[in-house]
Amino acid sequence: MSEEAKVPQQEEKQSEDQQPKEPRWIEKVAPKDVDWGTLVVIPLLAVLSALIVGAVLIVISEGFDAILPAYKALFQGAFVGWNSISETLLVSTPLILAGLAVGLGFRAGLFNIGAEGQMTIGGLTAVIAGISFEGLPAVVHLPLALLAGVLGGALWGFIPGVLRAKTGAHEVITTIMLNFIAFRTLDYILKQPFVQAEGRFDPISQEVLPSARLPRILTWLPVEGAEQFRLNLGFLIALAVAWVVYWVLFKTTIGFEFRAVGANPSAAKYGGIGVVSAIILVMVFAGGLAGLGGANETLGVLGRAFPGFTAQIGFDAIALALLGRSHPGGILMASFLFGALRVGGRTMNTQTDVGIDLIVVIQALIIVFIAAPELVRAIYRVKGGKEAEQLTRGWST
Amino acid sequence: MTAVAESVELVRLPAEVRRARILGVVYLVLAALVFFGFAVGTEGDVTFRFGEKPGDLDWTVSAAGLATFTAIVFAFLGGVQLVRGFGKKTNLVLSLAMGLFAISFLGWAAAGKSFSMTGILVTTVALAAPIAFGALSGVMCERVAVINIGIEGMLLGGAFTAAVVGSLATPWLGLVGASLTGGVLALGLAVLAIKYRVDQIIAGVVITIFALGLTSFLSAQFLVENSQEYNNPGVLGPIRIPLLADIPVLGRIFFSQNIFIYSMYLLVIGLTYALFKTRWGLRSRAVGEHPKAADTLGINVFRKRYINVFIGGLIAGFGGAYFTIGSVGGFNENMTAGRGFIGLAAMIFGRWHPVGALAAALVFGFADSLQVKLAILDTGIPSEFLLMAPYLVTIVVVAGVVGQARPPAADGQPYIKE
Repeated sequence: MSEEAKVPQQEEKQSEDQQPKEPRWIEKVAPKDVDWGTLVVIPLLAVLSALIVGAVLIVISEGFDAILPAYKALFQGAFVGWNSISETLLVSTPLILAGLAVGLGFRAGLFNIGAEGQMTIGGLTAVIAGISFEGLPAVVHLPLALLAGVLGGALWGFIPGVLRAKTGAHEVITTIMLNFIAFRTLDYILKQPFVQAEGRFDPISQEVLPSARLPRILTWLPVEGAEQFRLNLGFLIALAVAWVVYWVLFKTTIGFEFRAVGANPSAAKYGGIGVVSAIILVMVFAGGLAGLGGANETLGVLGRAFPGFTAQIGFDAIALALLGRSHPGGILMASFLFGALRVGGRTMNTQTDVGIDLIVVIQALIIVFIAAPELVRAIYRVKGGKEAEQLTRGWST
Repeated sequence: MTAVAESVELVRLPAEVRRARILGVVYLVLAALVFFGFAVGTEGDVTFRFGEKPGDLDWTVSAAGLATFTAIVFAFLGGVQLVRGFGKKTNLVLSLAMGLFAISFLGWAAAGKSFSMTGILVTTVALAAPIAFGALSGVMCERVAVINIGIEGMLLGGAFTAAVVGSLATPWLGLVGASLTGGVLALGLAVLAIKYRVDQIIAGVVITIFALGLTSFLSAQFLVENSQEYNNPGVLGPIRIPLLADIPVLGRIFFSQNIFIYSMYLLVIGLTYALFKTRWGLRSRAVGEHPKAADTLGINVFRKRYINVFIGGLIAGFGGAYFTIGSVGGFNENMTAGRGFIGLAAMIFGRWHPVGALAAALVFGFADSLQVKLAILDTGIPSEFLLMAPYLVTIVVVAGVVGQARPPAADGQPYIKE
């Protein structure tokens, strides 16, 4: 081939590669300006739109008059009274941790659908640590049980991480499969004599020893029924963990590496970042976060493990990460919102004829509107802003 | 990237050699496992029954002998794999080897007893059907470069509509409704992925979560209280094809099934022909491989993607109907239990080809039915581990195969017209 024929081809290829990619990945790793339209207005409109569509569903199933009582019960159940607030924060706690697990993955270009399974295993290992070691003081036992939860979840994140980094097996498929495997593992281990509650034949664990339970933190409040408030230490731990994740992601080298891998793995590789170890590490961290979320459930509010104790929190986490734009602060806010929806949904379920599954529909709609900001802009005629982000990569490695 | 993928045929890349070696070692490990696990210490003969009644068409063999034979075959395959590999036939050889492994496993599990092979094969085909429809839906979408992770949701939506419409009208109308439900969900995916250029994997997951939430909500709201009225569609029974159904063994497996199984075969044949022998197929594949070139030649990339994704949704919705009017005759919350995702894995295992997708679905169906049948044999293996089998197989397949298979070049990338 002659020299002339080669040159223009190369040039064309270069310009094609550079133009869209280079500025974008730098901007993603180190965003200069905060776009309020994308960060605040779109999420608010998304929530509003989802509630409107939810109202349409209520009209279809129960009639026009049911909307107001249903949404009123939803609001009151979540926010009115000290107990409601305690419950909302309590329910938000595992959502924060699981949401961080998914959000951390997104930052590195990985879609961790496995938070549910990681929570399951983390909650289980925490229970095993929590029912063993009788006689240990709480200052040792509780951190030990929490650590067991983190490690269990981290193991369940390590597997898809390694598979992704070494074989290219897509984490979406492997994490979903590991979810099912985690549920079966839970069923199996809960029936083993060293875990199963005495005198029971169904899969349910013994009760966690008091020294490994997360202590309640609002019982001192000078209001009536304060001793019943279930909010526990896990909430403060989750807040601290959210701050740590923020610090690691945005203030440390390793966090920069994670974000660089997520923004452009090829550029990261040529910039000297170990992509393989970064992918594995992100999944281990994410698994650990979700595992802590599971431990928070079993050591805190539930006090034991049983099939399905994760209650779809790991799946809600996907919505949380999207709604919070994978930023720890955003995930915190999103978790409070979803916690309120879940707690209010219970009241709605008992006081009116509208079922709690409506909450799931509303959450799914929120993700639709968040994932497609163009859609929201088109509906409400909001101008400007960026288009939808490509958060994950296809099947290729 | 493209250059690398094309040179695969000529020169074996280091990564490929390494993969082949790993697979070779896996074969050798399995050989040892089969020998020491299933051959050593196993006594008695196993009888595989292929006929309707005990006595006709039995195949009796020593369980230990069968396992030894399998171990030798695996050792041989491992050796070949280490030395030169099987190239493009790797997946085929792997599937056949897995089949042999399963048979020797069954021999060990049922040693001293008899075991109905026809029974397990009939169940295999039945359980493979929804997975195959899911995989074919995936093929339809991904051949035009739209990743469809929403298959699970489309199956679930199809299952729900089939139950409701089947109860209010007839099961046949339920089938139509189910297909359309899948189609509508697929249009949702298409709008998000093509028009709004949402990350396709997220869009697919959204479709699944949405379908799960909506069907659970409507089911709790309407179906649970009035199940006689809304959730009692009846089942589309098997249709015997005269003469062919009387062929021993094969007749029961292939020609005495319900509409879903026949549709599955027809769809595989039809799709293979359409994708690889017609102008429509060539154009679809062009859109998936190089949309810009296709656009330059006058193909409407967007329209092609919309239409094909819609058809993919129709297929998935149809397959979803199997869960209700094809088998148990009623809807339960989240009854698809991840089958859509397994279908996705089947599509990858089958290398984005309808025939490969069907073969892979049959492998998964077999793993699924093994679990059902082994529970009866009482092997001492906890049922929880048997229930894990299909999911474990999926992970192994995706981890071992995905790097070798090449997806359509533009898969997952939104197209932006200049």
